[in-house]
Amino acid sequence: MVDKTTKTCREAVAGVFDGATILLGGFGDQGLPCWMLEAIREKGVKDLTVVHNGSGAGDWALGGLIKDGRVRKLIASFPNNPGGTSFQDLYLKGEIELELVPQGTLAERIRAAGAGLGGFFTPTAAGTELAKGKETRIIDGREHVFEKPLHADFAFIRAHRGDRIGNLTYRMTMRNFNVPMATAANFVAAEVDELVPVGAISHEDVHTQGIFVDRVVHVARHPKQMEIR
Amino acid sequence: MSLTRDGIAYRVACDLPEGSYVNLGIGIPTLVSGYIPKDREVFFHSENGLLGMGPLAEPGHEDVDLINAGKQYVTLLPGASVFDHPLSFSMIRGGHITHAVLGALEVAANGDLANWRTPGDKVPGVGGAMDLAFGVHKVLVTMTHTTNKGKPKILNKCTLPLTAPHCVTRIYTDMAVVDVTPEGLVLREFAPGLDPKAVQAKTEAPLRVAADCKEMNVPAAFLAVLATA
Repeated sequence: MVDKTTKTCREAVAGVFDGATILLGGFGDQGLPCWMLEAIREKGVKDLTVVHNGSGAGDWALGGLIKDGRVRKLIASFPNNPGGTSFQDLYLKGEIELELVPQGTLAERIRAAGAGLGGFFTPTAAGTELAKGKETRIIDGREHVFEKPLHADFAFIRAHRGDRIGNLTYRMTMRNFNVPMATAANFVAAEVDELVPVGAISHEDVHTQGIFVDRVVHVARHPKQMEIR
Repeated sequence: MSLTRDGIAYRVACDLPEGSYVNLGIGIPTLVSGYIPKDREVFFHSENGLLGMGPLAEPGHEDVDLINAGKQYVTLLPGASVFDHPLSFSMIRGGHITHAVLGALEVAANGDLANWRTPGDKVPGVGGAMDLAFGVHKVLVTMTHTTNKGKPKILNKCTLPLTAPHCVTRIYTDMAVVDVTPEGLVLREFAPGLDPKAVQAKTEAPLRVAADCKEMNVPAAFLAVLATA
């Protein structure tokens, strides 16, 4: 019997190595795998490249990992988010690298990697400073920018419900980057609020299919994730 | 007189037709949804994966998993849907969102928009601004007509890094409503008590005065003494 569940976040992140590239799900606190981030932090790996929409908040979860100097490079669309002080302090000191990507392009680069595509042309950013040095092509009279797929060693995400074969569902706006990220890494682990028996999630309501998922950890939300701010 | 921030939002709301699919940026644009008449059905989109977004959640009634792109706790209207980032940006880049209402730092006579980066920004961030500016058919800009030092923001050429070239269709300010046309800027409306000459005096780029140019029709509650006079 296939069983992708694991008891602890520590086990789920055990394979993370120095220099790894990590797709980190969530938009704000919604869908952020806080406990796995804490487990990576505890593990002490370094020189990580993290792909995430923002730069985390405060000094916990991603903010904590960055504050500890574990992240060499952040690939993000909105690293200037309020609260992202851990990243912003290091960036201003020149101690962390940033690749700034428009949000839709970031999502599509991840999707392209998961879909086995070699990249895509997008009109977004053509003629702006974010397209500098990139290949361009006129398609139907409009300038497009070539964007490469963004694949990673690991993807860590958070869902609402999961089963032992890796099927996941999300609540409300938890889906965000988690759905494409689950398709675009060599190893994918998900924190879930509820672990349910196989068959409990309706066939029509599986948001991330088990084929994409390697580990499922049943763990309550991080208290900071439950704060209304 | 000039329009208040709510006055600008009210004036934009007047122009959004029934059945439109609208993305609202941060700042004055977020106020627009409050001024759509009750009998007009307009669908609001948020780039983190919401269509059919309702008003902000009442204090004590927030859903911790339900936020908009500005990280505010929001509500969903009957018929609303939630989805992931690639699909959300397909709605934007694919031209399905009919209107984007965005703040601006500068707009040029040819419709160039600068709204993502100021010289004072030490940590850059772009979020979904470029995807919206490049992807949406009608880009409506809301802003004060001048900077807080009284300098024009409607220019012959933008001085700040561009968000997208040739994307703005209409500009709503505290002083005027201005259309961007292939022949240049056209003044459609001016705030009560002003005239086309007064608007031109605060606008660097030349304005053609529309044949049917008129004083704006907004309730007195939305008017204030012109700060830049």
